Amino acid sequence: MRARTARTLYGALAIVIALAWVFPVYWMVNSSLLPNTTLQSFVPTFVPFGGSLNNFAAALADGEFYAALGMSVSITLIAVFFCIIFAFLGAVAISRFRFRGRKTFIIAVLVVQMLPAEGLFIAQYKMVASVHLLDSVIGVSIIYIAAVVPFTIWMLRGFVAGVPADLEEAAMVDGLSRFGAFMRITFPLLAPGLVASGVYAFLQAWNEFTVALVLLPSESAQTLPLWLRGFVQASATRATDWGQVMAASTLVAVPVIVFFLIVQGRLTSGLVSGAVKG
Amino acid sequence: MTATVERRRTNRAPYLLLVPAVGILLVGMGYPLIWQVVTSLQEYGLKQQFGQPAPFVLFDNYVELATNTQFWAVVVKSIAFCLVTAVVTLVIGVLLALLMNVVAKAPRIILQVALLLAWSMPVVAAMTVWIWLFDRRRGAVNYLLDMIPGVDMNRFNWLESPTTFFIVASVIVIWMSVPFVAFSSFAGLTQVSEEVLEAAQLDGANGRQRFFGIILPMIKPVIAIVFLLQIIWDLRVFTQITMLQDAGSKSSDFDLLGTYIYKLGTKSQDFGMASAVSILVLAITILLSWFYIRSLLKEDEK
Repeated sequence: MRARTARTLYGALAIVIALAWVFPVYWMVNSSLLPNTTLQSFVPTFVPFGGSLNNFAAALADGEFYAALGMSVSITLIAVFFCIIFAFLGAVAISRFRFRGRKTFIIAVLVVQMLPAEGLFIAQYKMVASVHLLDSVIGVSIIYIAAVVPFTIWMLRGFVAGVPADLEEAAMVDGLSRFGAFMRITFPLLAPGLVASGVYAFLQAWNEFTVALVLLPSESAQTLPLWLRGFVQASATRATDWGQVMAASTLVAVPVIVFFLIVQGRLTSGLVSGAVKG
Repeated sequence: MTATVERRRTNRAPYLLLVPAVGILLVGMGYPLIWQVVTSLQEYGLKQQFGQPAPFVLFDNYVELATNTQFWAVVVKSIAFCLVTAVVTLVIGVLLALLMNVVAKAPRIILQVALLLAWSMPVVAAMTVWIWLFDRRRGAVNYLLDMIPGVDMNRFNWLESPTTFFIVASVIVIWMSVPFVAFSSFAGLTQVSEEVLEAAQLDGANGRQRFFGIILPMIKPVIAIVFLLQIIWDLRVFTQITMLQDAGSKSSDFDLLGTYIYKLGTKSQDFGMASAVSILVLAITILLSWFYIRSLLKEDEK
């Protein structure tokens, strides 16, 4: 009986902590739906009343939003596309072959993966500036691909290794070429891994702030995080329209939250083990 | 498997497969790294920005740093911030994992969803919300704290003094980082066998003894790795500090290593010194990462 009461109490505690933890996310959405006159009040409104979308309209009417969206979308697409290809080839190399320099490469990949952007951005700025690629999609994309490829190789390595070479060889015995066996057997089994790495690369490129700040100095070449920061920066000098800032934050955050929640489930599905057993 | 491996030893294929990845890493990371090492040994200030040759000064930049009190203040602040934040994150994360482990399914899922939502928030979006929450005039934090009898937080400016500024920064970073720690520790906890725990309970071990005698030793490897990653990640809090400085003050009292390097490079245009500090940050990171990398390599050998 005592154990059961304790369990109920712990359950209540868990729910209280959950509410506290999710509060900032709730607050963002809540504030984004309130008219500015309500937000100007010194008593915060904890329950959404209006449900007005005016703040979103105002944030979207900011001409720079679409420019920033275009910038973010192009950079993210390029980064995801090349990152997946480069990482996939690299992952096949280190999990299907044993060659001289393999271990050195793996160590290099793991070390590079840990390097903070703050430790390299001065040099990356000089390099990109020297080839006149500041404020361009290409300059940022190159740095993003290089920053994301290491972890993606490491992640895909597990997926490629999870597809037994035996399965591929069995298909070759059945008359497929090495390439054919790879495309028909291994590649479909890798799909979840490729999706997961693609989403990972998307999240990194879409959310990245530090490198973008350094390599995109001009106002006309902002990505969404830089655009969002502009709102907050302006708040230091004039009265902030927090409803609009929160609407802007929500716009930037929603695709990320959706993708993140999808990949969380995908990562745990054991598709490969099922294929081998079956 | 080994037979195929032997056969493929002389193959050129793996090298060809690695060309794109190695190429992009050399361009995006390798070249900047080498440039940075070289520049950290040069005098590279405003004059060099306008085309004058950069003279080699060997370790002068590093010597200058070592004798610079402002630099040391930033280093001490960064390390203190990083350690405090990482320890608190770890403690809260592990406690939440233990909580998930004892509660019924419904509250556990509610807690997990809340943590996932916080985890998935983009840093910049999260920062704007937190700055709004801590707004001195109309922020929810001051309003709620002010309701506590005897506490006067009306119009309290959190970002005015470095101490409260870094407390706010730490709270935000902890909020963002706890979900990862909680989920990793929870995954570790689910590996702890129920039978062993029941047997220990039958033998009269109380909750504390079970935690410190059985659970903790079994999840220690997970916790060690997670803690190491937190320390490494909490050294790089550039985005958070930059945005808090946007809302507060840009004075150097509010700098940690990331913003310090940024200001050396952009404001003072002193690339030599900025490179030297960057090299130090990279060296610290690699040293700290080494244990983590070693554990990953072991996983590869399996």
